[in-house]
Amino acid sequence: MIAFVVRRLLQSIGVMLAVGLIAFSLFNYVGDPINNMVGQDTTLEQRQELRERLGLDDPFFVQYGRFLVNAVQGDFGISYRHRRPVADLITERVPATLELSFIAAVLALFIGVPMGVYTGLHRRGALSQVFLSVSLVGVSLPTFLIGILLILVFGVMSQDINAAVGFYLVPQLPTFGRGDTVQLGWWSTGFLTKSGLLALILPSITLALFQMTLIMRLVRSEMLEVLRTDYIKFARARGLTNRAVNFGHALKNTLVPVITITGLQLGSIIAFSLITEQVFQWPGMGLLFIQAINEVDIPVMASYLMMIGFFFVFINLVVDLLYYVVDPRLRADKAVSGGHQ
Amino acid sequence: MSRTGTNQPLLQVENLRVEIPGRRGTLVAVDDISFAIGEGEVLGVVGESGAGKSLTGAAVIGLLEPPCRIAGGQILFDSRRIDNLPYEKLRRIRGRHIGMVFQDPLTSLNPLYTVGRQLTETILTHSDLSEKGARKRALELLQEVGIPAAERRIDQYPHEFSGGMRQRVVIALALCASPRLIIADEPTTALDVSIQAQIITLLKRLCRDHGAAVMLVTHDMGVIAETADRVAVMYAGRIVEIGPVADVVLRARHPYTEGLMGSIPLVGHDVDRLTQIDGAMPRLNAIPAGCAFNPRCPKAFERCRQARPELETVEATEAACWLYEEAPERSGTDG
Repeated sequence: MIAFVVRRLLQSIGVMLAVGLIAFSLFNYVGDPINNMVGQDTTLEQRQELRERLGLDDPFFVQYGRFLVNAVQGDFGISYRHRRPVADLITERVPATLELSFIAAVLALFIGVPMGVYTGLHRRGALSQVFLSVSLVGVSLPTFLIGILLILVFGVMSQDINAAVGFYLVPQLPTFGRGDTVQLGWWSTGFLTKSGLLALILPSITLALFQMTLIMRLVRSEMLEVLRTDYIKFARARGLTNRAVNFGHALKNTLVPVITITGLQLGSIIAFSLITEQVFQWPGMGLLFIQAINEVDIPVMASYLMMIGFFFVFINLVVDLLYYVVDPRLRADKAVSGGHQ
Repeated sequence: MSRTGTNQPLLQVENLRVEIPGRRGTLVAVDDISFAIGEGEVLGVVGESGAGKSLTGAAVIGLLEPPCRIAGGQILFDSRRIDNLPYEKLRRIRGRHIGMVFQDPLTSLNPLYTVGRQLTETILTHSDLSEKGARKRALELLQEVGIPAAERRIDQYPHEFSGGMRQRVVIALALCASPRLIIADEPTTALDVSIQAQIITLLKRLCRDHGAAVMLVTHDMGVIAETADRVAVMYAGRIVEIGPVADVVLRARHPYTEGLMGSIPLVGHDVDRLTQIDGAMPRLNAIPAGCAFNPRCPKAFERCRQARPELETVEATEAACWLYEEAPERSGTDG
């Protein structure tokens, strides 16, 4: 077990180095940052001087090495554009992205899993058909379109709709930014104010919808699979209650694939929240990254990618450990008798 | 349900009919069968694959998989009708009064829970024992089914047991609420030949000790001959012969049973060739008119192709064959 964790940690470090290398080398060729920083009338000498001061004329691997050494110490360089440490920029932005992703993940899991179980158990029920049809929309519509539609309905048209029907049918919801935040140490949270919570609603739904429908469909198909197995029949033949059979025996057996996908999806939620952030002008890392791309702000871009890589690696590590918790067959030592299930 | 009873058999199946509705019409998988199992009796049910043996067992315990359904007849357990009970009432009977052992011990146990947890869960569902009492009972059961070092094994997972040991666990699970009837659906088919005899002996001993009746579904005549009190032979969804095991095995009446018995090699009997029944059992959508066995029957005559025989008493057994219609004394073969 410990050997496994150590091995996975070493692999993770390897992955991080590779991500860093790719991120850093890609961005080194997307344009000349000096051009973006200086005006038209800057002389060649001044440009050269700036280049030397930023270390941009050093060989590639020296630059990369310097980036890594500093990164390990929490120093991600200075943003060319904002002229502030990238670490500061990211710490400012991380809470917004993580809070949004967290709420989206919670929505996706706590709505997606029960819906999946329901549609798995009541395969031909009318409600199941409704869920499945709706989920098709969630899977096939692109995120930005859902966001824009939500803004249209709950932001732009809500007052008109309410006026037309004569009562408060569609609530007016914030469609822009985070609302008021409260500072807890370095972490700024929107959970503690009303406007902060309201501002979370539309972006988190936008971000969660795809994952929710994906999880629902996954849980459904896994449930259908498991309900056909002999041990479920045997559990029923022993007279166990429906609840014990469906949730205790069936649902738990669907968890391994569900955990895998959910873990990967959580990573994607954080990484691809940048689209949602762009649509709702959410002041998170994604927005920072998009701006950085426009301005060839290499330290910000590289740090962002490193960070996303880190989240993915970390989540996968947690997923692997959860397998061990869920499935005893993986915990087995070498002295296993009999075949596998 | 009291044990003090009349002479009523424990289980009575009357004119049971199981259908499988499909796109191209409804298939009749179990067609109008009747039998009874007495208290503590072992009834063997034999037949080829697809004869309807397992479906009959599943129908009795109320676990037919949709779209299969009971389309007619009734099932009485302890003189009480159980085939039309609502799900929740039937659930209380399952495990508590009627237990079931499945074919494949490798897939019958939930891989994610220890055998101890699966046992205590079942015991707690059917009794008022405390968590601790249930665990103690689980341990006793594991010892009773012959699991060595049960104190240690109780906290192990199914994958840590061998096939034979797992089937012992399955039997312990089926018996843990002391049901009065066990439906054993091919309990040894998936096991090594060397283990089969052990498991059958164990099952038989335990059921005798607990006073449980057994409906033993199998296609292994050896197992039946060794274990059963009575035997029912099924063919294409119907019972073609039913009676005390010695009579059926040694003096088979129905030509199908005869063929079945003739195809078993016997130790000590010098037989040049084993008999073989030509052809195969008809598919459910192509059951011939008259007796379903007539195309393969060496003794078939005109009547067999026209009308379907019902079970008739022939000395100690009952057989569904026109050969015995008028003359219960084994008359010659006509045609």
